[in-house]
Amino acid sequence: MKWFDYAAPGSLSEALGLLERNPGALLLAGGTDLLVQMRARRKQADLLIDVKKAPELNELSLDAGGLTLGASVPCYRVYGNRDVARAFPALAEVAGLIGGTQIQGRASIGGNLCNAAPSADAVPLLIALSARCRIAGPGGEREMAVEDFCVAPGRNALGAGEILVSLRIPAGGAGFGAHYLRFIPRNEMDIAVVGSGVSVRLEGGVVSAARVALAAVAPTPLFAREAGDSLVGKAPDAAAIEEAARLASAAARPISDMRGPAEYRRHLCGVLTRRALTAAVAAAQGGK
Amino acid sequence: MSTQYTVVGTRPVRHDGADKVTGRAIYGGDFTAAGLLHGFILRSPHAHAAIKRIDVSKATAYPGVKAVVTADDMPPAPGDKIVDLGEGETPLSYVRGNVLASGKVLYKGHAVAAVAAVNPHVAEEAARLIEIDYEVLPCTLTAPDAMRDGAPILHADLRMKELGQKTDRVSNISDHFRHVMGDAEKGFAEAEVVVEGEFNTSTVHQGYIEPHNATALWNNDGRIHVWCSTQGSFVVRDATACVLDQPVSQVKVTPLEIGGGFGGKIPVYLEPVAALLSKKTGRPVRILMSRQDVFEGTGPTPGSHLKVKIGARRDGKIVAAQAWLAYEAGAYPGAMVGPGAMCVFAAYDIANVVIDGYDVVVNKPSTAAYRAPGATNAAFATETLMDELAAKLGMDPIELRLANAAKEGTRRADGPKFRKIGCVEVLQAMKNHPHYSAPLGGPNRGRGVAIGFWFNVGLPSSCTISVNADGTVNLVEGSTDIGGTRTSVAMQAAEVLGLRAEEVLPTVVDTDSVGFTGVTGGSRTTFATGWAAHDAAQDVVRQMKERAAKLWEAAPESVTCERGVYQSNGHSATFRELAARIGETSGPVVGRAAVNPRGVGGSFAGAIADVEVDPETGKTTVVRFTSVQDAGRAIHPSYVEGQMQGGSVQGIGWALNEEYFMNGSGAMVNSSLLDYRMPTALDLPMIDTQIVEVPNPAHPFGVRGVGEANIVPPPAALANAIHAAAGVRMRRLPMNPPAVMEAIWRKSTSPDS
Ligand SMILES: Cc1cc2nc3c(=O)[nH]c(=O)nc-3n(C[C@H](O)[C@H](O)[C@H](O)COP(=O)(O)OP(=O)(O)OC[C@H]3O[C@@H](n4cnc5c(N)ncnc54)[C@H](O)[C@@H]3O)c2cc1C
Repeated sequence: MKWFDYAAPGSLSEALGLLERNPGALLLAGGTDLLVQMRARRKQADLLIDVKKAPELNELSLDAGGLTLGASVPCYRVYGNRDVARAFPALAEVAGLIGGTQIQGRASIGGNLCNAAPSADAVPLLIALSARCRIAGPGGEREMAVEDFCVAPGRNALGAGEILVSLRIPAGGAGFGAHYLRFIPRNEMDIAVVGSGVSVRLEGGVVSAARVALAAVAPTPLFAREAGDSLVGKAPDAAAIEEAARLASAAARPISDMRGPAEYRRHLCGVLTRRALTAAVAAAQGGK
Repeated sequence: MSTQYTVVGTRPVRHDGADKVTGRAIYGGDFTAAGLLHGFILRSPHAHAAIKRIDVSKATAYPGVKAVVTADDMPPAPGDKIVDLGEGETPLSYVRGNVLASGKVLYKGHAVAAVAAVNPHVAEEAARLIEIDYEVLPCTLTAPDAMRDGAPILHADLRMKELGQKTDRVSNISDHFRHVMGDAEKGFAEAEVVVEGEFNTSTVHQGYIEPHNATALWNNDGRIHVWCSTQGSFVVRDATACVLDQPVSQVKVTPLEIGGGFGGKIPVYLEPVAALLSKKTGRPVRILMSRQDVFEGTGPTPGSHLKVKIGARRDGKIVAAQAWLAYEAGAYPGAMVGPGAMCVFAAYDIANVVIDGYDVVVNKPSTAAYRAPGATNAAFATETLMDELAAKLGMDPIELRLANAAKEGTRRADGPKFRKIGCVEVLQAMKNHPHYSAPLGGPNRGRGVAIGFWFNVGLPSSCTISVNADGTVNLVEGSTDIGGTRTSVAMQAAEVLGLRAEEVLPTVVDTDSVGFTGVTGGSRTTFATGWAAHDAAQDVVRQMKERAAKLWEAAPESVTCERGVYQSNGHSATFRELAARIGETSGPVVGRAAVNPRGVGGSFAGAIADVEVDPETGKTTVVRFTSVQDAGRAIHPSYVEGQMQGGSVQGIGWALNEEYFMNGSGAMVNSSLLDYRMPTALDLPMIDTQIVEVPNPAHPFGVRGVGEANIVPPPAALANAIHAAAGVRMRRLPMNPPAVMEAIWRKSTSPDS
């Protein structure tokens, strides 16, 4: 690893300024992706801008409309906050899934998203939860649906000088359930071979909205819109869920690599989506 | 536990425990010295390439760099010089060529050049500035591919040895040997039931947590001092001396604590390079490997390709067996196919056997020993087929094995006749274990069993014991301690001296300070160094009797010693009382022994495994696992159990997920502990153990050695359990989720498979 400078700005505007003046800079949240990549020489920086000290990126607040999750809030704060964990149980569960205890003390959901790995565990769930990204840059602020954020393996939609400030996740409420499942060969310390994040909203025993997103079966986390839409207007029974799972599997565009052959991954998309939907429906019914 | 002993068979706290649990133990990465420089090794990005040109000028000029070395800095290796570094004979050019490549690189990760600098980051940055022109050559990555005519040839000077004879054939097959006993053809003709199969196992790594490390100082007087983590300080001494063309007396090796080895920390990789860098700089140089270096640049265990066939009569008597074993040596000859052939049918008494073994070089890292090297691969095939045979015969799988089990007097196809062994006792213990008859407790579950053998080795060991005035003794040994052997060796001395284990203070010392001692490997240390400690302790007892005789003015022969109490003619003194008075007699008492023991006792192990297979994902969960092993005599039962658990876990990892995942150009793409997927604590049940004791009659305490046989059964036991759970026969390791899923799919499309 080459030498680099380090700065820890105390505000978003300071961070934006530093970023603008230093084109060779990279942003550091928990560093659990970035530092590993730098040590493996996959990334290099002249300056690391630690964004953990900017209050805007550290916000974790719940209101009637939903949750504001600062981009560098570490995972342990998500599952450690009782109100957040009660309102967004699936999110709290994913925060507890990423890495182990030490990693969760540092790793952020925002970092998981910005790193733009196809296998990122939080991203399918964020898509299923209809999260929106708040982005700040030299030209001001903008917003974006989370499913549009990742554009290629390791690449996101941020332009030069832009920073992800926070995620806004709308409140679920009664009749809403979400769930994320991943398949890994070990029981810990592994990267998803396939992941499936789902949500359903039930109204009067019928699905009024549903979303399915998949990890590790495309160059980016994949929003399988048709799979979710297929449930709308139906009772969430086994046949409806099976059909959604089949559509998720059909939407997948997996490759074969050391984590699993393509055909196997496609198969797992169906299995995991069925299991995740079953759990989400149970949560939606339980939460009414 | 046997009551004839007071120390042997007990469970004292280990002597090195306090240092280990407080973090005070000094491992290779902790070692430092005044003026220390840091080395970095540049490795080949190609699996097979000719080195056309190396230009180190930019690296040499980089600020902070003190020296750069390549193979040109090593003394030339005369092409025909053969050396024996404790693991059989090898051409020196191969040993040297693996340390720093010259002319050609033979695998991705092959060391090519090294830099010493003021810190490791500068060394790495500078090393990346070394310019190397490679002419990339086609590579060959598996034994069957490397054996075919027209395969890319790794060593132009390698001539195939065929059935003991040197030939002129240029080949990647360095050796083809055959063991024959009886008449296999006739045997198979008599067989009423025949099972056979083709098996593959992937290259796997031992996976010790501590990466390789070495610090070397080439002193101004010409002596080289090496500090490193190794299983054999004398092997490092001899290999370093060989590679650097120095007399052995010019090299002193101080072994530091070792964070795991399992066979992989026997060869030298870094030591000669650190020494060369030290020679150029006049300063001590330390080199630490990264995890990627460990995977790509050290010795994993061979991938293998096996065809095995077993024929039996209807009553279950096996009448013929045949094996064809091709093991991947990696870049240089020496795949552990010899041991594989020794073990493949060792558990059974079979009259007609033929075994063919092929040692094949491929463009992967040069393989090293790994816990019963070669035997696990072989047992995966044999023991899976034994399960199939039992099913075909309608016999209980343990009964089938008992009906054919090797006993004292049984001859192995490779020649030796077994002395007293515990194969039957291990099988009986498995049969009687509550696990074997317990309900499975759920759907998609199955149980499998398998057994395995490892012959263990002897090799020389030395030991001295000096008596302290307070009645304790200091024990000096040369066996590096990778599994609690300080204690298991000290306990054998304590037993002889009538002391408590805590009263024997063991120290593992450098190569200048103790007689030659072979590697800590082959399950030999408690056996052979323990034997040396026993003999050295007897030497102490003899001298203490003389001292007592002197004090009591008695004849030395009249003095008796019983559990540390010396008596003669109404006089009586404890060891401690005598020790306090040795100053009055003729000065210090030092006992010593150097042994090269015969009478090695092989060890059998068995495994009972319960698994649950998710029929939708193919994922196997080990729900219960029992390891049974014949220890001969368990000196310290906790450490025996620890070995059994460790070997079982490594076998489970090998079986289920571990593998070198190679891409088409010969690069390992999963060279991290994240992607290599060894089992974590969350992937394992508690491993139950049952020690069987069939004492080795040759050893003073009956020790056999327990470090290895326990890894042999797990892959086959799990394969058999997966078959019981999911109805599929797995022929390839690892049996990872996609592989099991695919087998389940195949079964559902062809219902009778
Ligand atoms: C041992 C271990 C286990 C792991 N286990 C898992 C797992 O189970 N599942 C999983 O999905 N991942 C896992 N990871 C990966 C990693 O921990 C997660 O992706 C984590 O969420 C990254 O967050 P971070 O805060 O550490 O990001 P960082 O590493 O700090 O940053 C990640 C990337 O995002 C950029 N970035 C950070 N903040 C911003 C911002 N505000 N605006 C713009 N860009 C930004 C950085 O420049 C960098 O490129 C694991 C990693 C390790 C080391």
